[in-house]
Amino acid sequence: MHAAPTGVLTDAYSEEEYLQDLLQVTEGQTDEELARLTIRASSDCFEWMTRHGVRFQPSLAGTLQLGRTNAFFLGGGKALVNTYYALAEKLGISVLYNAEVTALRVNDGRFESATVSIDGSSIEIQAKALVAASGGFEANMEWLSESWGDAAKNFIVRGTPYNRGKVLRLLLDGGAQKVGDPSQCHAIALDARAPKFDGGIVTRLDTVPLGIVVDRCGQRFYDEGEDLWPKRYAIWGRLIARQTDQIAYSIVDSKTAGLVMPSAFPALEARTIRELGGLLGINADALECTVERFNQSVVEGSFDHTRLDNCRTRGLSPEKTHWALKLDSPPFFGYPLRPGITFTYLGPKVNRRGQVILKDGRPAANVFAAGEIMAGNILGKGYLAGIGMTIGTVFGRIAGMGAADAAK
Amino acid sequence: MRPSNLPIEEGQRLLRLCNACRYCEGFCAVFPAMERRSVFTAADVNYLANLCHNCGECYYACPYTPPHEYALNLPKVLAEIRMETYARSAVPRSFSLAGRNSARAVSALVVVAIGLIVCIVAAFGGFASRGADFYAVIPHEVMAITLGLAFVLAVILMMVAFSRFWRDGIGVPIEAGPLITALGDTLRLTNLDGHGAGCPYPQARLSQMRRWFHHATFYGFLLCFASTCVAASYHFWLGWRAPYPYLSAPVVLGTLGGVGLLAGPAGLLWLRRKRDPALDDLNPRDFGESFIVLLLLASFTGLLLLALRETGAMSWLLTVHLGVVLALFASLPYGKFMHGKFRFAALVRNSFEQSRRGRQLPVERHGTTVIRS
Repeated sequence: MHAAPTGVLTDAYSEEEYLQDLLQVTEGQTDEELARLTIRASSDCFEWMTRHGVRFQPSLAGTLQLGRTNAFFLGGGKALVNTYYALAEKLGISVLYNAEVTALRVNDGRFESATVSIDGSSIEIQAKALVAASGGFEANMEWLSESWGDAAKNFIVRGTPYNRGKVLRLLLDGGAQKVGDPSQCHAIALDARAPKFDGGIVTRLDTVPLGIVVDRCGQRFYDEGEDLWPKRYAIWGRLIARQTDQIAYSIVDSKTAGLVMPSAFPALEARTIRELGGLLGINADALECTVERFNQSVVEGSFDHTRLDNCRTRGLSPEKTHWALKLDSPPFFGYPLRPGITFTYLGPKVNRRGQVILKDGRPAANVFAAGEIMAGNILGKGYLAGIGMTIGTVFGRIAGMGAADAAK
Repeated sequence: MRPSNLPIEEGQRLLRLCNACRYCEGFCAVFPAMERRSVFTAADVNYLANLCHNCGECYYACPYTPPHEYALNLPKVLAEIRMETYARSAVPRSFSLAGRNSARAVSALVVVAIGLIVCIVAAFGGFASRGADFYAVIPHEVMAITLGLAFVLAVILMMVAFSRFWRDGIGVPIEAGPLITALGDTLRLTNLDGHGAGCPYPQARLSQMRRWFHHATFYGFLLCFASTCVAASYHFWLGWRAPYPYLSAPVVLGTLGGVGLLAGPAGLLWLRRKRDPALDDLNPRDFGESFIVLLLLASFTGLLLLALRETGAMSWLLTVHLGVVLALFASLPYGKFMHGKFRFAALVRNSFEQSRRGRQLPVERHGTTVIRS
């Protein structure tokens, strides 16, 4: 949220508007108290981060809806983390690398020690407070398959293979109250050619709202133009996860192919829909039929991909409610899509001080959580571009201050 | 997605990846220039390689650096491509010092050049010292013709190399606006400024050191050049003969320039020693170091000559100094000196593309909807 234009954001984004957007994408599955707290605190983030050396991208000409989404870090997430680590080092904070927490000793809500495996040898570390900021379990295929069954094996994990949710499991098994549904996650439409782990940002595809998306039988299965892409991109991974073999194909034509950022892999390109079907490995007859029916259902309007325009279909199931243009201008472009999981939403319940809530409703005295691991308190489902970083920053600060108090 | 052995192809692979991420776009001119295109021709890659000032900011920010399977190290690959552009543009190509062990060639050049000056002194002047009278050691006309010819020849060869590179990677119409902007960027080293924060050279921590040492070198060089021009005009138009008093324009300009040319290259040499090996395989025998050493030798012998010009060592110091300067001139079209011309050319193209007329050309700017999570 920002009451007025800030250094890099172009206009105001009020608490109410932000909350309404959040309620809409999560369908009400959010802790409103924590959501409001996050939104309110987000207005100080920019100043605080800048003061601690974080640099932001200057506002870009031609970028849409920037005032409503996020301020991008100059250099991205690694640059952000580098800045914080450099600062921590300067403050005399020691960081252990190659270290994995394997056990936590928590007695009646009071953290006593953690067992840590460092380069293979196990040691016990005592501390006055614990902040769990260890992410979700998105790289843990076994855990994912508890909710997703065999479909999980076709998920592509966008981040590190080390996000196995070990500390999350320790907290939940150790008496923390659960929040969120284990199947809920931030998952996007990813290029199916992406590496299994750690492919990062470059394999995402933003062509979905500009064309049609079909399953492996050549059938459409969801409204590609339901809402502005920043509010919808993070549900497409879950949509694809529910299709046969967890694969789908985005198809656009030359009218719109250039409107999105390029991605790591070039599109498959063909002069006809039939030929494209062959390249993608979809039944060409079925695909041709789908495109023909789609084209016949398109209602002429004035196309504007920057807002909810009036280009839609009529008489289809499912309809495409915005940005529906006939696929009639070769060459046609196709991308194979897989569910790309960014992070999971299951986590320990926390209060406004970032303290982990125990099963009996009491807050743990000196156990705090921040970031992805507790994002599910605010994000029950869906996603709003930029909110993950906001939750991380806001609750990172809250949990840090709480831990410092607890350690006094 | 796999790394390629051909630098241009590897550059194309990395730029495609970078163009799908774009988080580095605020760092320097390379990334916005990259975003103005969605396919990268060999000429585009040559251009972007020379637009890169090799600071390393993008490398430290990148999540895809080795050991990631994308093995992305843009500054290092662009440096390799730059080397190829230098080598391809040199006249003749086989004389280029880029990308090879240049220490031996440059040492030999210095020895030959000093030897040549010794012969000239022996033939036209003499080593018997007579106060600070340089022209008794080597007559003015002989000195002017020898070094002047070498310099003019170097300038011609550099212009041919420059035009070859212009064809190879620039090729924009020549207009005043972009030229002026590019000159400003060159003189200020805008792309090493990091919007005031400096750049991660020699290591990850941001600093302005490289920029300041480069400024000292560059402006030191210009001051020495100005000193020579002023001295030449004194001689030819005003009839004033060297040696000039310590507080005269040529001596003051030359001394300031000499000090800059000592401090600047010495600092750059020191930074090179501390450079992160992940970004640069800085070989002490590469052409960058040869150039720095030549500049240091020239400024050191020049200042020493100034200090000892009244002594018996003058004739030998003058001979050595002129030999070093001659070697420096001869090496200019083949060595690291060309980087400034090529970067300037790349900045001209960058500025042209940013200008109104440049934007009207059919260059696609992809991606108006930006999702970055």
